[in-house]
This record gives sequence, C-alpha cells and structure tokens, in this order.
Amino acid sequence: MTRNPLDDFIDAAARALDLPIGETWRPAIAANLRVTLEHAAAVEAFPLPDDAEPGPVFKA
Amino acid sequence: MDSMLVDPAWASAAEIARAVNDGTITAARVVEEALATISTRDPVLNAFTAVTDARARARAKELDQKRAQGQSLGPLAGVPFAVKNLFDVAGLPTLAGSKINRELPPATCDAPLIERLEAAGAILIGALNMGEYAYDFTGENIHYGPSRNPHDRTRMTGGSSGGSGGAVAGGLVPIALGSDTNGSIRVPSSLCGIFGLKPTYGRLPRNRSFPFVSSFDHLGPFARSVRDLALAYDAMQGFDPDDPVCSDRAVEPTVQQLEAGSDGLRIAVAAGYFAKGLFPEARIAVDRVAAALHAKADIEIPQAALARSAAYLITTIEGASLHLERVRKRANDFDPAVRDRFIAAAMVPGTLAAKAQKFRRWYRAEVLNLFSGVDAILAPATPCTAPEIGQQTFRLDGIEMPVRANLGVYTQPISFIGLPVVCVPVPLSPLPIGVQIISAPWREDIALRIAYALEKLGVVAAPRPNL
Repeated sequence: MTRNPLDDFIDAAARALDLPIGETWRPAIAANLRVTLEHAAAVEAFPLPDDAEPGPVFKA
Repeated sequence: MDSMLVDPAWASAAEIARAVNDGTITAARVVEEALATISTRDPVLNAFTAVTDARARARAKELDQKRAQGQSLGPLAGVPFAVKNLFDVAGLPTLAGSKINRELPPATCDAPLIERLEAAGAILIGALNMGEYAYDFTGENIHYGPSRNPHDRTRMTGGSSGGSGGAVAGGLVPIALGSDTNGSIRVPSSLCGIFGLKPTYGRLPRNRSFPFVSSFDHLGPFARSVRDLALAYDAMQGFDPDDPVCSDRAVEPTVQQLEAGSDGLRIAVAAGYFAKGLFPEARIAVDRVAAALHAKADIEIPQAALARSAAYLITTIEGASLHLERVRKRANDFDPAVRDRFIAAAMVPGTLAAKAQKFRRWYRAEVLNLFSGVDAILAPATPCTAPEIGQQTFRLDGIEMPVRANLGVYTQPISFIGLPVVCVPVPLSPLPIGVQIISAPWREDIALRIAYALEKLGVVAAPRPNL
C-alpha cells in the first residue's frame, strides 16, 4: 500500500502525543489532517499586524 | 370539562398555552396527547433518546392544581418541549450523543434553560437524539441510530441537533432546544423545514449543558412558528453568573415586537461566498425571501471563506482538546468519523489556532461595520435540501465534497462571530429548505420581526409532513 505523505508526521505525532492509531483509521486521519492543514494555511496566509488581538480576550 | 386539542400533533405552543390558561384543556390532557404522538411516531423518526413521561405527568398535575387554585401558569402553560441530550436533565446522564457518557452519573438538576421554560409553564417531556459530541451536521449517530427527516424518512434531519429538528417538524413537540456551534440549530431547521433561533453569543446561559467549542457554543430554540420561537426565547433570556460568557444585559422581550414588521428595515442579500456552491433550491429559497422583503441590495461579507476556515480550525482544535483523554483511552467507543477528526486535530500545531483567533477579531470588526448600513442580511442556510441518510458526498460548484463537514458551509462564518440568526423555512416541494436572517449582535428582535413578516406573507412556513 502506498504511504500517504502525511503518514510519517502522523506516526511521529501519535507517538509524541500518546494517541492510538489503528491501521485502518489512518486514511481518514490523514484526509482530515490534510483538510485541516489546508484551512490553516489559508488563515495563516492572511496578513495581520503583530499587535492583532485574538477574538476571546480574558478579562480579570 | 376537559376537551381534546383540535389538532394535538400540530397545535402551536401559543394555542396550547391559551387553551391551558383559559381551562379549555388540562395540562394533563396535553401531556397524554404528546406522549401518544411520541409513541406512534418516534419509532419511525428516532428523535427521542429518553421520554420523561413520569416527570411530565407529575408536572402537568402540578400545573392543573395551580390553575384550580387560581394561580397564573405563565405564557407557556402546559406546552410540552424536549431538549437535545447535551442539556442536563435531572435523573438522566447527559449523553451528548455519545456511548461513553452513558457511564456518567445522572445529572442532579436541570440546565437553566429547562428551568426557565418550566418557570413559564412549559413541561419537559424528553431528551433528543444528536450527532456524537455535537461534531456533526447530519443528524446521524452510530450508537443511537440516525434521526430521520419527517418529510422523507430516508433523508437526514441535519445536525447536530437532529432529534430537535425531527421532533418539532414531525409534530412530536411544538418547541425543542438545541445547540449551535457552527450551524447545529440552523442546519436541521433548514433540512426539516422549521424555524430556529441561534441567539447572539453570550445571550443565553450554557451552564449545565455538555460543551463542544466554548468559543462558539450557543443554545437556542426550534419551533413551527415565529411566535412560538419568540415565546420560548423570551422565557429563556437573562443573566446567569455560572456561565462565564453569559452577558448581564437586561432581558429584551421580543414577542411584543413581532407585529412591528419589516417596514423601514434595511435588508441586503449576502453575495460572493454565499452565492457560490448553491444547489438550485437554495438559490430559489433566498430569491423568494429577498423578493418578498424587496431586498434588492447585495452585500459582500469580507473574507467569509477564511472565516469558515478559521471556524473549522478553532472548532477541531478546541473539540480535540476537550476530548483528548477520551480519545486516548476510549478510542473504540467513539463514532469512527468523530474519532478520526479529533485525532487529526490533536496533531495540528497550536500556532495555527492562535492565528485563527486573531483573524476572528479582524473579521468581527469588518462585519460589524456592515451593520452601519444594513439592519439584516439574508443568506442560504444549507447548500441543498436534506441529503439521503448515509450519503457521504455531494457536488458543490462541481467539486465532490464530504456532506458531513460541508452542510454548514454558510452557517459557520456567521456563528464564528456570534451574530444572531433566525433560520426560516421556505416550503419548497418536495423538500423544504431554510434561509438565514442575520442581524447585528443583540438584535434578535430584528431577525424575528423579519421572520414574522415573512410568515404573515405566507413566504415561509413549516410544512406539515405526511406521517
């Protein structure tokens, strides 16, 4: 079976985070991770100033 | 003399309350009618996971005694309602659609919204099916079976408040409560052809409900008429210090505002992102609502696609954080579709979520600016009418997309910044579909007034299913 390009990352992250990965789960995990990283890349590419505040602001 | 309701499975909450208040019918009779309807229809619709019949009968008896003593019963006197099973209900474990939560001890008291509806005279009659841990737009559930759409039982209700949509659209209860993190009230409202209100973020207290994404979680009502929606909403308003994001604004009743109508309100139609990827029925529904309101102006919500991406990202990361330990220890007890999303999300670097929260503030400022020029914005609620149960993909703008993640493509950019929305049902044939009426923060009254005007015009209505 061909390995997904994200498989090495998934294996390393699963070990680091102590996450169980069943062999049959891997394609769905990889597909979800790919979509999530695409959304993240789109957001990451949007320019914001260094002093941009996040949405939820803690108030003491 | 106790009489029958003219049409017990389709009476509105307002009609029931009037009849119970004036003594035309007893609350006990209303409850028996509702229990009979549930016992006939729920085996088909699979909306309920618990029917609290003993509690409902006891409560009805109490109300009837109060009336006999001349006490006033409230604006929702004798109205049966049910809640998505992520609300705490005294005596039941708060399932949140999961198998794992069956092991939780039963809740010791009701969620505040249940207490408030009951204080207005309503009667809790059960807990409703939902997508596992609310990470869902379909209404399917691997542990409890899918909620089924009353208009076509082979089709989805939408989710995650699937049982809430099915129970109200199917005539099992006139009012239900659900939650909406990214669209989980508006999507089932759309696919089931009923009214749904997602209030402003922070309007209604969420304590004693099982969370999903604290940044985005909202609770709200479903109904078959705008008046019922407003009656339920008004009864639930008010500060609760036990929800740290609940606003301490004064109660702002809306029922008396409904008749003010939509005249003089500036209403625009969301363009760009919200005009792409629609199936023809979604376009027809928006056009029909816009024409009835004489809403001719288009408005561009800036960077709505990025808002959806950022909402997607924060949702999956916050959700995974909430469930990380359960995923580690109980992976095989999750719906695999939910588990695999959480596992993937746990691997996403936190740096990316932080950027999404910063974008959120930028986007909020941009969208709030739009409300200096308009009072309300119309947008589709879902790209299509109810898909088949089990359907995995659909084609949006020629691209094959997963149904589960994309039914909320038009709802996510709105809840992302907590705007209030009334989802109104356009009764197309063979299946209904919803339109979002979006207003500025804390202006639920405006969205409800517009919905009521549309209902009076006959443009929107909850169609009665053939059950």
